[in-house]
Amino acid sequence: MEGKEKKPEQSVKNKSQISRRSLFGTTAAVAGAGVLASNLTDPIVRSAYAAGSDAPIRIGFQVHRTGIGATYGKWYERTTNAAAKYINEHGGMGGRPVEIVPEDDGTDPKRGADVVEKFATQHKVDFVYGTLFSHVVMGSSPRAGELKIPYFVVSEGYHVASGALNRYVFQPCITDVRSQISAMSGWIFNNLGKKMTLIYPDYAFGYNHRDYASAAAEKHGAKISAKLAIPPTASSFTRYFAKIPKDTEVIYHVMVGPGVLTFVREMGEHFGSNRPEIFGFIDSLEGVALDSPGLDFLNGTYFWEAMPRYADGYPTHGEKVYRNAVGVNANGASKSDSKDVSTYSHMFGCWETLFAIKEAVEQSGYRDKRDYANLIETFEGFQGFNEGIAHPQGSKMFSGKSHQCYGQQFISKVENSKFDVVHRTSIEDGYYEPETDYTKLPL
Amino acid sequence: MLVWFEDNVALLFLALLDGTVTAFVLALIALGLSLVFGVMRVVNVAHGEFFMLGAVLAWACFHFTGNMPLLGFLLALIVAPVLVGGLAMLSDRFILHRIQYNPESTIVATIGLLYIIQQLVLSFFGPEARPVEAPIYFRVQFPWFGYSGYKLIVAVLSGFLLLLTWFLMVRSKLGLYMRATQQDAEIAQTFGVPTRSVYSKVFAIGAGLAALAGVLVVPIRQADYLMGLEPLLLSFIVVIIGGLGSLRGTLVAAFIVGISDGFISVFYEPTLAKMLATVLVAAVLIVKPTGLFGEEPG
Repeated sequence: MEGKEKKPEQSVKNKSQISRRSLFGTTAAVAGAGVLASNLTDPIVRSAYAAGSDAPIRIGFQVHRTGIGATYGKWYERTTNAAAKYINEHGGMGGRPVEIVPEDDGTDPKRGADVVEKFATQHKVDFVYGTLFSHVVMGSSPRAGELKIPYFVVSEGYHVASGALNRYVFQPCITDVRSQISAMSGWIFNNLGKKMTLIYPDYAFGYNHRDYASAAAEKHGAKISAKLAIPPTASSFTRYFAKIPKDTEVIYHVMVGPGVLTFVREMGEHFGSNRPEIFGFIDSLEGVALDSPGLDFLNGTYFWEAMPRYADGYPTHGEKVYRNAVGVNANGASKSDSKDVSTYSHMFGCWETLFAIKEAVEQSGYRDKRDYANLIETFEGFQGFNEGIAHPQGSKMFSGKSHQCYGQQFISKVENSKFDVVHRTSIEDGYYEPETDYTKLPL
Repeated sequence: MLVWFEDNVALLFLALLDGTVTAFVLALIALGLSLVFGVMRVVNVAHGEFFMLGAVLAWACFHFTGNMPLLGFLLALIVAPVLVGGLAMLSDRFILHRIQYNPESTIVATIGLLYIIQQLVLSFFGPEARPVEAPIYFRVQFPWFGYSGYKLIVAVLSGFLLLLTWFLMVRSKLGLYMRATQQDAEIAQTFGVPTRSVYSKVFAIGAGLAALAGVLVVPIRQADYLMGLEPLLLSFIVVIIGGLGSLRGTLVAAFIVGISDGFISVFYEPTLAKMLATVLVAAVLIVKPTGLFGEEPG
């Protein structure tokens, strides 16, 4: 395994806060006087002031319980509950317990927007978080901006960082596709081949892969011989494999949705042992056991993992604590059902984002929604997060301007129906200059 | 022209293979729908859900037999059509018969049935797609690419089931009753045909055929609660193009739609293939509203 070590310091690095602290101090003094004077006023006001004590911090969890994202939603929910439990057992967020309020968005953009509205107006939560599928992110985020409620995304699309969304939206603890491809493309083109065919789903997330892989190819003197866009609801893929050019040296695939196992199986049926090199994104296999029938042809192919599924891939202390807390065994499956394989390369984002929210709440002294501006500015001041129990996937660099983080990536080879990590990128490998600056927008 | 053929032999062959498998399975599903409409004059919007139930029950059978997929498959071939046919019979007795097979009411009632079945499966089976192992797994190597041996078996088995259904229609007493009822239900009744029980049985057979298609197809793609919607759309297209009430028309149309879907999907886009199938329906409805082989009403 290659890579660079990062020295753990304090959990969060941020800019000077002297002026904010003194402002908070003054406000607190005035608020305190107000509490004493207004016992019998408006119950909302009263509970808001009392929220320095035990009133829970309520986080609206927009979860893909049904629809094409259901497998991820199931694991996102388990990880979220495990993180909330861990945080509550260790003092909560600034002394206040965390309460998760889940709502199913059906992996549907329109329903996502409705759910955001429900969180803000009916449930009246403090924050909304948890969306994965990028078309749902695109559909829901504008509503969060309109309703002015902080919205934390656990997706991979290049949407937050593109500047297309708004200042209330953050993706602080899971890297985006552009960064992932930048980090790994050098290794892929130098080790696997310079003539590449791209296979990706026919929507925003897939287009990110198409665009950034194409850009990376140019940069490394490689060639994209074909780009095959597949509808996310497709159930049969043989027709696409027939279109792969004969001189392709490496196939790059990233598939999502219920058809992924069929995709991989049919790819094996199509090629047999006479195949080019294959590099896939673990998205194609999240929730799927590597020893499923028809997958043995994957032996000798390579995959991107954000967080190694098998415990020996990145065995740090933080990783062990996290894996145990979310109930995943050494093979990446549920401890209570070894056939229930996890979505290990995505769900860590839930755990880490909740901890990032905790850090922002504590740093900014957040009490209630009137402190949103303060919280957002505090978040924008974060430089990154240090590896540890709160951030078991690895250290992150964070850009306050683009509201997006950068992190390390793993490349694994499939051997004997198991992943073996062969390469680990550095955070710098995936860095790109932020192309947007949300801090310039009003709140 | 010849050069194009040479260059694209692999694609052409794949289109033919895929199209043939699609056509056979589509024929099986659409036949059920067509039978039900032909004999009962009922539009069954829940037909796709019977297909989905077949797939889900097949998953359950495979799950039950553990490490013996062949046994699970054989079990599913019996269990799925029987259970789904039974459900269909009950629906006919307690829903369709009660509303006297009124055309508009049956559409609404079967839509309701669709939602109930879908949501029940969602509640008990879950939202995720679950894979099912093929009973026989082998790869056929052609000169240009490999292909799933099981898919070829699916085409053969579907053909066999279609033959069986044809045999039932022309050689059995029930088949005779069905054809009589299809021609004219009132006159058939005066001749002593037990139309009420024929209706129940036809509905059950239609559902059973869809369920069998589900069992055959599920090892190729996974079982999930939403998988009935696309077959429903396609089988409606096939039945309309072929002509409502004509079984021969359904079969011919299934092959037209299936093979053309194969070719257009391989050379262009699957979405385009679906679009063209829908346009074809519109064209047929304008030029010959009763479909290719449909009978004039009255």
